[in-house]
Amino acid sequence: MNWRHKLAFGLLAAALSSAQAIEFNQLQLNKSALSFVSKQMNVPVEGQFKSFRSKLAFDPAKPAAAKAELEIDLASIDAGSKDANDEVASKAWFDTKAFPVAKFVSTSFKSLGGNRYEVAGRMTIKGRTLDLTTPVTLRQEGNSATFEGGLVLKRADYGIGEGMWADFGTVANEVQVKFRLVATAGAATAK
Amino acid sequence: MSPLPSATPTVSTSYSGIAIALHWLIAIAIFGSFALGIYMVDLPLSPQKLKLYSWHKWAGVTIFLFVIVRLGWRLSHRPPELPAGMPAWQNRTAVATHVLLYVLMIAIPLSGWLMSSAKGFQTVWFGLLPLPDLLAKNEDLGKLLAGVHELLNWTMAALVAAHVSAALKHHLMDRDDVLTRMLPFLRHPAPGDMQ
Repeated sequence: MNWRHKLAFGLLAAALSSAQAIEFNQLQLNKSALSFVSKQMNVPVEGQFKSFRSKLAFDPAKPAAAKAELEIDLASIDAGSKDANDEVASKAWFDTKAFPVAKFVSTSFKSLGGNRYEVAGRMTIKGRTLDLTTPVTLRQEGNSATFEGGLVLKRADYGIGEGMWADFGTVANEVQVKFRLVATAGAATAK
Repeated sequence: MSPLPSATPTVSTSYSGIAIALHWLIAIAIFGSFALGIYMVDLPLSPQKLKLYSWHKWAGVTIFLFVIVRLGWRLSHRPPELPAGMPAWQNRTAVATHVLLYVLMIAIPLSGWLMSSAKGFQTVWFGLLPLPDLLAKNEDLGKLLAGVHELLNWTMAALVAAHVSAALKHHLMDRDDVLTRMLPFLRHPAPGDMQ
């Protein structure tokens, strides 16, 4: 084969493979959401993070090979009020100046049958890294996939809310986290 | 000493024990919640502040329920008449003040509840019973309702000051039984009794 043939063959192969495998890897931030519910004096208070990035590679045909990374800008928190936003940036909470980003890196994707998966990974917040697993439900619509799930994080595990806030009687240890990540299959398939 | 103002036998001269108990119970609770409210608003955020806010809200809901009971009692039991011989404007002022106090005792807890909802903090009575949020979270509306709650409270404070002044004036200057008939633990003399 001369170089023209090689090129043509290569392009054809690339075109074929991308036509067969669909890989969701482009996070659509404006359709995604990362929210949480904390309990203050047993009152559920909703909050969310407005800015986060995700490196995602998910092929429904090969879930075990999927990878996900999530980086959350902790300064983008809305904890329910301006007072609360100022407070949770402080050293006792996220210490956002020293640890501006929380990071999740997946270690395994396991299919639970149907459109349900279990994702395990390592979560780093405020310099502490812990294993966690979360159920994820996939909804696929054409070129777009929605990953939804929720888990309970214990704030004390990461030292979130120390000192006078350490008492769970006022702010509960358990924080219900919910995520909805919408990704499209990008033109440039990461390899 | 002068005899008590002559009471007509057909009209009760004193409040019922229930009315007296509700009056003082609610009065004390309102004083406490009012003072707590003023103290807590400017505190820096702390677990203590969250606790005080919750206690204030629980007290507000409790007062509201007692006020409902009291209103029911008031509407079904005729209170003693005002002393005869009071100028008409004083009669009208007394009636208006009492009506307004009832209106505020209802409106103030309601405004607090709505403000909480608009600010995105649900009211959970004693940490157990969640009250429905009648308003969705809305920062501007929350601020507005906080202003309304404050205004209603200062209006009530002014009315309570007038209410207390009038009761003292009746007791000290008019020397009638308007104050004493609302005091607990006093033996209320039957009509015709001498003091």
